Amino acid sequence: MSLWEYANPKKFMQTSAWVLPWFTGLALVATVGGLVWGFFFTPDDYKQGSTVKIIYLHVPSAMLAINAWMMMLVTSLVWLIRRHHVSALAAKAAAPIGLTFTLIALVTGAVWGQPMWGTWWAWDPRLTSFLILFLFYLGYIALWQAIDNPDTAADLTSVLCIVGSVFAVLSRYAVNFWNQGLHQGASLSLDAEQHVSNVYAYPLWLSIAGFIALFVTLVLVRTRTEIRVRRLQALLARERLA
Amino acid sequence: MIPELGKYAFAVLTSYGVAIALIVALVALSLWRGAKVRRALHEVEDRQGKTHG
Repeated sequence: MSLWEYANPKKFMQTSAWVLPWFTGLALVATVGGLVWGFFFTPDDYKQGSTVKIIYLHVPSAMLAINAWMMMLVTSLVWLIRRHHVSALAAKAAAPIGLTFTLIALVTGAVWGQPMWGTWWAWDPRLTSFLILFLFYLGYIALWQAIDNPDTAADLTSVLCIVGSVFAVLSRYAVNFWNQGLHQGASLSLDAEQHVSNVYAYPLWLSIAGFIALFVTLVLVRTRTEIRVRRLQALLARERLA
Repeated sequence: MIPELGKYAFAVLTSYGVAIALIVALVALSLWRGAKVRRALHEVEDRQGKTHG
């Protein structure tokens, strides 16, 4: 069985209808479980106090803000190279989700930064590249809305997505090579020296799993809607010609 | 019920409030638009005698 089978809208609709309830259940259980665990059952940090509880929202949102754009990059490239409509529609479907997660990461970061850094905002490399990524999401969504021809819209938004990927990558790695920033390094690392305590790490991993499942669920729901919109437009066009 | 958040209560509660409101709005809008499009598609398919896709 080839991956390209899912480029067929009918096959995509059949398969997504089957997996959707599983991802919905996983998203619900893991997101609620991770956030409840983190909010109610973890202790305050000796330095950050109770603001450490913001990590369960901020880290998964920031991870998804970047990775949603990366998913859009892959599907945009598939569209540009192989002209599969489902992949262009999946990129379109993912953009408002990525935008929402970017906004959550920016807001929770600012609210955490005020008591910890003494400022809501700093023109730090990671924060700035995150803000530019947020603006790219807005531009990407606006471009889809502004162009009537769906294939032209898919072409132009794909090019925009490739350009914006620079800022998605910068958002992730800026802290590693721009040392003058306020933002600390990665909260979770495979390096044993940099581990956060398990008391915080376990609910954080659960929350991340929940946010990923939520992202997949919403992408599937919204892509199914976009496929139906295409079919609806095709049927209405045929009706007008008859 | 709510844990003792001390002097950072505003920051923590604002973060959770904003994030949960945004996620709920995103889910609700996605489901609402999905249902609206599905209804419109079924109407046109019924009118043209096609099976529901």
